[in-house]
This record gives sequence, C-alpha cells and structure tokens, in this order.
Amino acid sequence: MSVFSTASVRMRALAKDPQVTRLAVILALLLIFFAAVRTPSFVRLSTWQSMAVQFPEFGLMALGVMLTMIIGGIDLSVVAIANMTGIGAAVIMLSIAPPGSDPSQAVPAILAAVAFSLVAGALAGMFNGFLVAKIKIPAILVTLGTFELFTGIAVIITQGKPISGLPTQYSEVFAAKLGGIVPMQLVMFALVVVVIWFLMSRTALGTKLYLLGTNPTAAEFSGLNTVSLTVRTYMLSGIFSAVAGLVMLANYNSAKADYGSTYTLLAVLIVVLGGVNPNGGSGRLAGTVLAVIVLQVLSSLLNTFPDISNFYRPLIYGGVLLLVIVMNQWYKPGNFARFFTRKG
Amino acid sequence: MTDLLAVRNVSKSFAGVHALDDVSLTIGRGEIHCLAGENGSGKSTLIKVISGVHAPDGGTIEIDGTSHKRLTPMAAINAGVQVIYQDFSVFPNLSVLENLALTSELAAHRKLINWRRMRRIAEEAVAKIDFDIDLDEKVGRLSIAEKQLVAISRALMSDAKLIIMDEPTTALTTREVDALFRIILDLKERGISTLFVSHKLEEVFEISEKFTIIRNGRSVATKRPDELDRASFSFYMTGREFEPAHFNAPADSGPAVLEARNLGADGAFADVNFSLRRGEILGITGRLGSGRTELALSLFGALKVNHGEILIKEKPVVLRGIRSAIKHGIGYVPEDRLTEGLFLERSIGANAIISEIDNMLTPLGLLDREKTRTEAQRWVDELKIATPDPENAVNTLSGGNQQRVVLAKWLATEPEVLILNGPTVGVDIGSKSDIHTILQDLAREGMAVIIISDDLSEVIENCSRVLVMNDGRIVAELDPEETSEAELAALMAHDESEEAGVQR
Repeated sequence: MSVFSTASVRMRALAKDPQVTRLAVILALLLIFFAAVRTPSFVRLSTWQSMAVQFPEFGLMALGVMLTMIIGGIDLSVVAIANMTGIGAAVIMLSIAPPGSDPSQAVPAILAAVAFSLVAGALAGMFNGFLVAKIKIPAILVTLGTFELFTGIAVIITQGKPISGLPTQYSEVFAAKLGGIVPMQLVMFALVVVVIWFLMSRTALGTKLYLLGTNPTAAEFSGLNTVSLTVRTYMLSGIFSAVAGLVMLANYNSAKADYGSTYTLLAVLIVVLGGVNPNGGSGRLAGTVLAVIVLQVLSSLLNTFPDISNFYRPLIYGGVLLLVIVMNQWYKPGNFARFFTRKG
Repeated sequence: MTDLLAVRNVSKSFAGVHALDDVSLTIGRGEIHCLAGENGSGKSTLIKVISGVHAPDGGTIEIDGTSHKRLTPMAAINAGVQVIYQDFSVFPNLSVLENLALTSELAAHRKLINWRRMRRIAEEAVAKIDFDIDLDEKVGRLSIAEKQLVAISRALMSDAKLIIMDEPTTALTTREVDALFRIILDLKERGISTLFVSHKLEEVFEISEKFTIIRNGRSVATKRPDELDRASFSFYMTGREFEPAHFNAPADSGPAVLEARNLGADGAFADVNFSLRRGEILGITGRLGSGRTELALSLFGALKVNHGEILIKEKPVVLRGIRSAIKHGIGYVPEDRLTEGLFLERSIGANAIISEIDNMLTPLGLLDREKTRTEAQRWVDELKIATPDPENAVNTLSGGNQQRVVLAKWLATEPEVLILNGPTVGVDIGSKSDIHTILQDLAREGMAVIIISDDLSEVIENCSRVLVMNDGRIVAELDPEETSEAELAALMAHDESEEAGVQR
C-alpha cells in the first residue's frame, strides 16, 4: 500500500494485515460450507456466473464509498447516483434509438448514453465534494441530502415508473459473456479495481488521500490542496456509481428510481467489513474486494435455503455490520482487556 | 508532625522507558514547594502518580500519614489532593456558578437541581479566597487569571490539603501573578500546601520555600531558594554547565526577504512592523495569548490579515492561503506537531516527503518509488532521525525525533523563510540542542528563520534579534546579547493597563 515498500515487503504486509487474513479465512470457511451442504449448485458454473453478474452492482458502489471513507468521509448517495445516471442514460438511448427504429441507431445511442452517465456521475460526485470540502458540511449529511435530491430527480424524470424498451444491443454488450464464460459485469468491476489499485499505490494522489484521511489539519498545514483532493475523491465515487448504474441497466434491462434500495447499507457494510477505518486514513483495496465477495457468497448461499426468506436479509446484514465493528474495536491493542477490567 | 505528602522511591515505566526512576519528594504542611524540570523530565508523570492517575510500578505514596500502595484518583481527592491543570479543566460554556456547584451536586448524587442551594455553595466557594466575581458569567468569557481563580475555588471546596498547580503563571500578567501569590500565602496560613510545577526558574522563585528538581525521571536535587542561583538551577535542570552562547547574524546580508508593515488582524494583533534578512534568526516571544501564534499563522497565510501588508523580497504580496505562502517560499513548523504537523499513523518517509512528492514522478506521472525511498532515507540520515526503517509509522518515534520529521518536511520545500512556533516544546534535551544546531546551520547557509517561543533561554541563545509581544503588539526589540532572561520575562508579563492606572 505504501509507496516506499518493495513488492515482497508489500506481499508480506498484506498477508500480515489481520483484517485481510480474517476475511480470507471467513471466505474459505464459507466456500467449504457451501461445497459441503449444497454440492450440486456449488459445482454448477451458472451459480458463479449469476454471482459475478450481481455483485458488481453494489461492489462498484462500495469501491466509491471506500475511497470517500479513506479520506475520512462517506458517500451515502451512491445508489441515488447510480439510479439517476442510469435513468438519464436510458432516456438518451430511447430518444436517439426509440423502439422500432433502425438498428444502426443503436451504436451512437449507446455511446451517447454511456458518455452521459459517466459525466453525470462525475458532476454529481463533484457536487458532493464541493459541499463537503468548500462549504464544510459533514459528509454524512451532504450525501444523505444528495441521496434524496438525486432520487427525487430520478423520480420526476420517470414519474416513478420503470423505463424499459432499451435497444437490445445494449444488453448484448453490457451483459455479454466473454468467451461464453466471463460476464461483462465482472470485467467492468475488475477494471475499476485495477484503476483504484493503480491510483492508490502508484500515484502521488493515493499517498495524499491516505495522508488527508489520517490528519486533515496537518494536510492543510503541509500545503496539500485538500479541497481539490476531496472533490476529486467524491468525483471518483460518483463515476464508479455511474458505472454501477450502467451494470444495473444491463442486468434489469430497465431503469427505475428505486432499484437497489438496500445497497446503501450494503456498501457501507462491505467497506467496514473490508477493514477501512471509518475515521479515515487506513484501508486496503484487497480487504474491500474480499468483503464484496464474502457478502455475495453469503447471499447466494442464503438463497439456496428456501426456508430463509428474503425478509431475514436486513437482519443478517445489520447483525454482521455491528459484529464487525465490535470486533475491530476489540482487536485494537488493549481494548479487549479493557472490556473486562473496566468496572466503574 | 509528619509531612503532608511523602513520595518515596517511586518508579514508573511506560513501554520499557523509565519515566520515573526512584523519585522521592516530601511536602510539609503549609509548605510552598516547587517541582522543577525540563519538558519530558517526568514532572507530569509524577503529578499523575500523586493524583492517582498512574499507578507507580514501585515505591509508596504517603498522604497525611496514610500510606497508599494503589492510589486511585478518587482516593487522592478524598485524601485532599487537588490538581489544577494548565487548562484549568473548567467548562467554558457553563456559568461560574455551575462550574463551582455541579461537582458537589454530582458527588452528592442529587437527581434534581436546586438553584438556591447551588448558589449558596458557589458563594461560599468564592468567599474562601475573597474572589469577587459575577457568578452568572459564562466561564468562557473570563480572563485566564479569573478562570484560574475559579479552578482554585473549586479545588478548595472539597477540603483540599494540597493544591498542585501546573505552570500557573505562564499566561498571567505581573499584577495577576501578585494576586495569585497573595492567595497562595493565605492558603499557607491555613495550613494548605501548594506544589507548583514549572520549568522556569523565574516563574515561582520568589514564593517557593523548597525546590525539587528532576531530570530524566530522577530527582537530582532538593534545595532551598537561597541555595540556588540561575547557573546551578539550570545545571540541575539540564545536566549541562550553563554557558551563555549567542548566535550572531552575518553583518551584511542584503535586502529583506520578509517584511511586515503595520500588519494587523482583528482581535489578535495590530501594528506589527519588522523586517527579516537572509541569515538572520528572529525571535518573537510573548506570553500565551499575546498574539504570537496568530502573527505566525498570518505570515503563513493561515489567518487573514485586515490591516497592513506583507512584503516578500521587497514586493508586496497577498497570502491567500497556506499554499500561496508555500509558493512564496515560506515554511511553518506548527505549535502542536501532533495535530497540525504530523500524520502519526503514516510512515516517517511519507511524512517527510509529502511536500515534495509532486517532484518525484516518473515521466509517465507515476510515483518514482526508488526516488521516494532514497529521499526518505536521505532525510532520516541528514537530520539523524533515530529509526531503523523510514517505513515505520511516525508515532513510533520520540517527541524530538517527531519534530525532526516535521523539520524535514519543511526543509524539503527549500523555503527561504522558515517560521517555527515552539520548535522544542515537549522535546528531550539532547534533541533540543540538536534542533538548535540545525537551525543555526540553516541560517548560516542563508535561510531566514523566525523562532516563536516562550522558552527564554532558547530565544536568547539562538536568535540574533528578539521581538517581544504583549497584548497583540510588539512592545520591544532587543539584542539578546545585552538582555537577560529576567528582563525579557518582565517585558512579556508587563501589564499595560497597570501603568496607565486603568482598573479592570
């Protein structure tokens, strides 16, 4: 993670990171349990393909939340940005290539829609970043407010109804299976992961973001441009959310203002589970990616038990989130002991 | 009659470092005692042991004839030990009345508030020291001296036998110091002992009856005031012979690199004029609240100025913010390195090179890791930062080494003017003299340096010129070679309103 270490040192550091190790162990146990009790679906390729289609939706949002949390903020507006930009993309696609139009219209329509959604995502993120960095409103309030704002825009555009009838070429590209096996959604997620890894470990920006999250005052006193750094971070989060919106558009073949409404909590849960310090300054990409996979496997596993209805899901997610936070608190040096010795 | 407090052979280590090593201290009833030592000598740890905050690893504490093996804060208070910290631990948003009465109300486990009873309690408390104050005033609006009296009144409420005061006169004017001393003497009459904690001889010299001096966690001397003079005091404190060394700026060093003309910021300072040339070390000294920190922040673009102008290399500039000051070649080592200077959990390397990281890119715009590594190592070697690996987090370092990291960060920007606010606060003696040497060397190489400090010996030994600030104004410009610490202290504490005969 740090810019000063050699590759081998970094591998050792990664292996030593307790949170990453814990997540790897949890994932391994989950997979063993899965293989043991649901062997038929475990060995089926389609099980894994449907997971790889699903998790990029919230995984991409979680990556955005991770970046904002590393600088000591949070982004609760990711779902709203994804829906708003997805709806915008759908509207543009339909206006250039309405149902029944010439198939040759589809390519410019898709290109325009993708370009629009990425730009709109960046602008939405910029707006968040501006309010946080320049007006100095706590990130949790800003993004809670813009969550409502962006959702509101989405509701007004759609009148609350889903938009469908997209050109079939869109899902043929964004829901394709590369080589007949690898879903396009997974490829997009992987691309974003590579971009973030590159930013955080190979550029000056990464180092600056970690420092900004560690101590914003010292960052200011060291001459870092904290406003620009913050705005850029929220912009990245907005762009990743827009990509998530494109993935959702491909998965559902439609756009609606209230898709993925459980993803806000899920994205925060993933980032905390991944070992990112909510106070900023630390967190590993590897942890977050592992946490995304752990939660997807857990969710798919739950799906194979018909007795456990979907109603249990918030309960399980909320429980896991609190458990992880409590555990992280315990694993800080001395905290575990204090938990028992402190009596009045 | 037995002593009121007897600390016998107390030791305490933190993570293997001896903060206290076999320290003993006795205080008689009604005695005014001074515990002296440099920053980091173990003074605060000893106070925390006496007040029950830290349990000692060895030794005993005897209060009023009762020996305590494991003293808790509650037990210490019940035994009559009260500590008044430098921040006074008052609630600024509450009134004097509430500050005084709430503790006893809480201690009595009262669930409902009876304002009449609380007022009576508060009135009794201030009457004990003849303290004339509006009980309904918010404590945050009081002067520092008044806040201190509130803290003293509160301490006396709980039948105190020993009052410990941490650097009590640092921010007071001479008149306020006199008023405080009258109260202390009055307490003495009533058999209440006082323990001053100080790192300056002049602070409480005239009133103290006994001095215990500790150094590096050991008690090195227990003396009466007539057995001490400046030289011996500073020898006990530092372990070095007192040698008044001075720094001299080169005679002709060209035009001014930094100049302030009638500089003023509302509510902080006004009419500040000075000019600084290459190779000079300018000292700015003054008490807490004299405007010295605000002036430093203004020169670094972190605080807006309302009046006057700043000239850099004889050209007027407007500093729109910290980044603009840095562009103009100004560096600033902040007052509080922990909150303003360092990224504690990050590596020493990252901390040292952050200000120059944009110059360490490969042609493709990526970080040149070889370069960052060698640069980090270079700073560790150059400033003799004691660490096995620049990859280690900064919070693994001692105060002195942390301060070197902050210095490294600024030297990396190759500033023309380096402003240091309290460069050696909380730094061990060895590092302190190293840092002084570094600063003098930088000046000899042509850098213009400003040291802002209330450590008088630091200012006198290292600066080629000293400005004294008092109440937001520069009241004197001195040549340190012809100035004693006592004269400097008097100028800092001088109360303007006193001379004019103005009553507060």
